[in-house]
Amino acid sequence: MSIRYILPFIMCTYITAHAQIDESLLKTIPKDTVKQAMNMDAIYNRPFVSVGKLPVSVGGYMEANWQHLGTDGISEGHQFQFRRMTLFVASTISKRIKFLSEIEFEDGAKEIAIEFAALDVELHPLLNLRGGMIMNPIGAFNQNHDGPKWEFTDRPIAMTQMLPATWSNAGFGLYGKYYNKDWMFGYEAYLSGGFDNSIINNEENKTFLPAAKNNSERFEESASGEPLFTGKVALRNNKIGELGLSYMGGVYNKYQDDGIRLDEKRSVNIWAIDFNTTLPVLNTFITTEWAWIKVNVPETYSQQYGNKQQGGFMDIVQPILKRNILGWKKATLNIACRLEYVDWNVGKFKETGGNIAEDLWSIMPAISFRPTSETVLRLNYRYQKQKDLLGNPPSVTSGLSFGISTYF
Amino acid sequence: MKNFYIAFIIIITGIILIQACSKLEPAALADDQLLDGPVDGLNYEQNGRFLAGDNAFNNEIFTVEKGVGPIFVATSCGSCHAGDGKGHPFTTLTRFGQVDETGNHFLDKGGPQLQNRAIPGYLPETIPAGATFSKFTPPGNTGLGFLELVSDQDILAMADPDDVNGDGISGVPNWNTIPAYINPSVNAVTQNGKYICRFGRKGSIFNLLQQTANAYNQDIGITSVFAITDVYDHQETDPEVSTQTVNNVVFYLQTLKAPIQRNQQDPASINGGTVFTQIGCESCHKQTLKTGYSPVQSLSYKEFHPYTDLLLHDMGSGLDDGYTEGSAKTHEWRTAPLWGLGLSPKSQGGGYFLLHDGRATSIEQAVEMHGGEATEARRNYSSLSPADKDALLKFLKSL
Repeated sequence: MSIRYILPFIMCTYITAHAQIDESLLKTIPKDTVKQAMNMDAIYNRPFVSVGKLPVSVGGYMEANWQHLGTDGISEGHQFQFRRMTLFVASTISKRIKFLSEIEFEDGAKEIAIEFAALDVELHPLLNLRGGMIMNPIGAFNQNHDGPKWEFTDRPIAMTQMLPATWSNAGFGLYGKYYNKDWMFGYEAYLSGGFDNSIINNEENKTFLPAAKNNSERFEESASGEPLFTGKVALRNNKIGELGLSYMGGVYNKYQDDGIRLDEKRSVNIWAIDFNTTLPVLNTFITTEWAWIKVNVPETYSQQYGNKQQGGFMDIVQPILKRNILGWKKATLNIACRLEYVDWNVGKFKETGGNIAEDLWSIMPAISFRPTSETVLRLNYRYQKQKDLLGNPPSVTSGLSFGISTYF
Repeated sequence: MKNFYIAFIIIITGIILIQACSKLEPAALADDQLLDGPVDGLNYEQNGRFLAGDNAFNNEIFTVEKGVGPIFVATSCGSCHAGDGKGHPFTTLTRFGQVDETGNHFLDKGGPQLQNRAIPGYLPETIPAGATFSKFTPPGNTGLGFLELVSDQDILAMADPDDVNGDGISGVPNWNTIPAYINPSVNAVTQNGKYICRFGRKGSIFNLLQQTANAYNQDIGITSVFAITDVYDHQETDPEVSTQTVNNVVFYLQTLKAPIQRNQQDPASINGGTVFTQIGCESCHKQTLKTGYSPVQSLSYKEFHPYTDLLLHDMGSGLDDGYTEGSAKTHEWRTAPLWGLGLSPKSQGGGYFLLHDGRATSIEQAVEMHGGEATEARRNYSSLSPADKDALLKFLKSL
């Protein structure tokens, strides 16, 4: 037997042997992902598995779905989609130094991205330094977007098609939390790389902040050469809920190159407010978020690219059954509904004074089943109306989707 | 066993939902409510070309990287023709620099079209001192392939430059020079090296290829092998859109269906059609034309109902902006096809923006603004009874 056969045999035997003998070394650290401390904690509030005495723990989640949607009588038919698989690797380097990374494979690895890879150094509970690939904490969804936490296959439109979802950049900043009985206060403040001209020059034909996500150059060169500031403060009362206020802003355009001035500095400013609560007695969970965007668009450019946007969503989740179902203890059956609205172009036409439309509203009732808190099966029905820039009769989209999502 | 039944019921429910899912989706609008869609009878290959053109026309957005501008009016074809219908003042074009048939004397100053927008870092054009101008609201696209196939002989047969029949209507074709890349048909009629043109508000464009190449270049700032000069620096550049894409868009425009009349059995609408003819509208807005030969069988030798004669008419001083194209006088406008008129609000943001620059915000206003050769018809309209006016309006909205 040649060495090229022996070596893999030995390796397989070794791995198999360890798998058989050392199962107990895999320590699952489950998290109840339905209830968490604050949105800013979401990044660590995930189930991880640690292996023996290795200093790393790993985890991840996946999302897949079937959908059948139609718009104005035209449907693309049955669509089976593997939306994403995300891997987490976390390591406690020392008592107060931690590292966590999140690598996402979207649409069957069509897109692979490091969403988060940052080192956290605790100087004081109220003063932690974070650096690396950070997730800009604008709104709550960007902080807390893991698929298994939601009762809906689709992410909120305003938080993905107006704000950039999972918007991360190379940067540094500070965060901290303060507890007092039922009260919690948290803050985050970062300076990072940011947007570029594509937010007003893209194939969506509208001001579209997520277009900047396509620019992978931003991880080594900031288009404007100016830092993007992102800050968030959040206040939580365990009996009332959590309220977050966030801001992100900076110069987005490449206004100079090689020391030569090309344009004036143009800024983008984003404000967001988020709130979540669980109603007593009924245990109804409500989470909502609204954002406003203001972009300095040149007066002589096209109003096709708006200088103001706004939108948000509200999810209402009502557990209707929480018991042993099909052998799963503490399984939960929920009914839920998402309400959404986005206006990508708030303003009036210079030519007529009439309203610029480019807006959308959607309602999405849902049924979700959680055999455990970390796995969700969800059936959604979307009904959506979207108007074009001119405000012509809206296109109507509706249809069903069924999806699964789980941490692993 | 109980668990088994629950799981079984869930699976059966799921299968039923999958089977029934299309019932939960919105129904398609009736064909007569839509302007877009291909003519009937295209074969698979033609359907494929239609879709390619549809995609280029409606979905392709030009960015700085793809060559938009740097000065421009719109960033895509679809921006100006929502749902293939008439445009909105937001994308109204401004053209300047020509006052008579001697041509445009402001071509070296950015004529004939104003690019009123610019990418960041650039300044848009302004109208040069001394240039007259006119605004042009984008027309609808539907049925253009039929209009392209009307023979020159048929157009000439409708012309009456000296008003020989004494009806006060004296339509003339727009004779214009055509670009070298155009291959006119063997039956094309010429006069002093000029051809009968038919597209555009002034009827100065020969065919849909010229219209498409011009629109890419003048509206979006995109060069092609057909129009290679950049609108900003007036230098020749590499083509920014492929010839295949231009050809696909031309095929798309040629094979868009003609608007389908609605409420054809409505007595008021039928009465309105009679009134339309009686008061003289039909003298210019010819109900029926016919196509000549086309390699696309669905377009070949067909009768259709555009309500235009493709001729220029004197529309009076009220609609004279002091600007023109080709051989048209400044007060002459090509008869606007009326088909699709009733669906205009579905592409114009819920209202009407009619006549060449969208100045009329209702059909009634548009009629009232007719002058020149249409003065008699307008007077006839004004003297109609309210019931007949209402019937006429119903008829026009059914188109």
